[in-house]
Amino acid sequence: MRLNFGILKRPKSSIPGFGLTMGYTIFYLSIIVLIPLFALFTEAFSLGWDEFFKATTDDRVVESYKLTFYTSIIAALINTFFGVIVAWCLVRYEFFGKRVFDAMVDLPFALPTAVSGIALTTLYSYQGWFGQYLEPLGFKIVFTPIGITIALIFIGLPFVVRTVQPSLEELEIEQEEAASSLGANRWQTFYKVILPTIFPAVLTGFALSFARALGEYGSVVFISGNMPFKTEISTLLIITKLEQYDYVGATAIAVVMLLISFVMLLFINILQRWSSRRRGMEAI
Amino acid sequence: MKTFNNSNGAQSESKLVKYLLIFTAISFLSIMLLIPLITIFAEAFRKGVEAYFLAFSDEYVLQAIKLTVITALIAVPLNLVFGVCASWAIAKYSFFGKSFLITLIDLPFAVSPVISGFVYVLLFGAQGWFGSWLIENDVQIIFAVPGIVLATIFVTFPFVARELIPLMQEQGNDEEQAALLLGASGLQTFFKVTLPNIKWGLLYGVILCNARAMGEFGAVSVVSGHIQGVTNTMPLQVEILYNEYNFVAAFAVSTLLAILALLTLVLKYILEWKVRRQLQKLKEEE
Repeated sequence: MRLNFGILKRPKSSIPGFGLTMGYTIFYLSIIVLIPLFALFTEAFSLGWDEFFKATTDDRVVESYKLTFYTSIIAALINTFFGVIVAWCLVRYEFFGKRVFDAMVDLPFALPTAVSGIALTTLYSYQGWFGQYLEPLGFKIVFTPIGITIALIFIGLPFVVRTVQPSLEELEIEQEEAASSLGANRWQTFYKVILPTIFPAVLTGFALSFARALGEYGSVVFISGNMPFKTEISTLLIITKLEQYDYVGATAIAVVMLLISFVMLLFINILQRWSSRRRGMEAI
Repeated sequence: MKTFNNSNGAQSESKLVKYLLIFTAISFLSIMLLIPLITIFAEAFRKGVEAYFLAFSDEYVLQAIKLTVITALIAVPLNLVFGVCASWAIAKYSFFGKSFLITLIDLPFAVSPVISGFVYVLLFGAQGWFGSWLIENDVQIIFAVPGIVLATIFVTFPFVARELIPLMQEQGNDEEQAALLLGASGLQTFFKVTLPNIKWGLLYGVILCNARAMGEFGAVSVVSGHIQGVTNTMPLQVEILYNEYNFVAAFAVSTLLAILALLTLVLKYILEWKVRRQLQKLKEEE
């Protein structure tokens, strides 16, 4: 903390209140966020390398990592594909109910995850509106990785749409006109002019959706069935270990997941800087 | 978008492609969002209106509603005060390490909800850092209301700040400096100049913060201990009812949360429009 205060030289400004507001910001940030997260890392370091290694490479844990990773990446890819289409339609076309659909994109942010979890499970179970038709066809969704993926698509859906939308709005029609007057067909224009421009935003949306899926818990637990080695995601395994008072196991998994989140956060920050710089260049 | 050659596919897609894309988008949003939303209400009223309202005569459900409201009433104002302080410190002054500080404030969004709850168990749980001290002094945080409030504060931590920081940065210092020059005190300047300028952004942050505070499940689940009538919030009560195969009651409680979500979306939509218009005005003035 002292380090922070050392860096923060009192800036010259006639506006009062810097000491008070900055002091409170750092105090509150420390007690709510930094110290608790620090506690997790300290706890992990106190385990010792062997114990930590054993806890994180246990077969059941590794299976949960794999499942979490695969389902998250598939969900993020599906969200990216449909998210770009949805964003395109919302920006470029007029259609019936557009405003309602636009507002509804944020539903997964606003709806508690437990509620979306039980709604999706009911929908895809063998008696549900979708499940009753899908199960006779051989698609079992509830209590399988497909179900987990559907829940992850649901919670990651807003990210791609909401990052791609503004970058599509800023596109200059002149570029497309230039491309087409130079003889490009529409697909070439999209592929060679539009897509490269919105690509950083698409990638950011993908990364956000993926990062969110990695840590998701509430919407997944109901539909996954939570069978060890089959449908047990990493966040659920943390809770299972905690309930068995296996703090070592829980800490080890939590630290690995937290480190992955931090790497994702760094990656997303770099992406966002890249996309804002690209936009800045176009303004010139 | 009006172009002359809409149909020949040079500057714009053919009608077929356009309708295909709209069809895809609407189908995707309907299957993934609209139908799950309708399911909640359909399941809640599956056995009629009476069965629906019967769910709310349950003592545990009422206590869960009460705890949810109390938690939000504590967490939201605390994060509101923090959000205003942080955005004042960040937007009104220039200092080294600003973007790092903003990243730290955003950190809780990157942390899995389960881990957000878990860190407090490590600090305040029976085996945690302060565990033995807390037991000696007969203070219970984990598996009690304080833990639920703490976990809720953690997951809703950035909402107000991240809304206000860009807004206040855009607005700059000119109006505040004018007020101070004319003899207003710091607090007067804040309440009479800054606050009216940021009120829509502030409200926007508060509404999102509140929705998440009332709906948080993962983080609260870790610290709650699931004691019915004592440490169960609404989302946790939904889980218990669902696991007891009491589907109508589970979905009945869910409808309240869904209505809250829909209200949040409507307000969000209106406020976004207001904030955007305010920012546009600022840009025009420049």
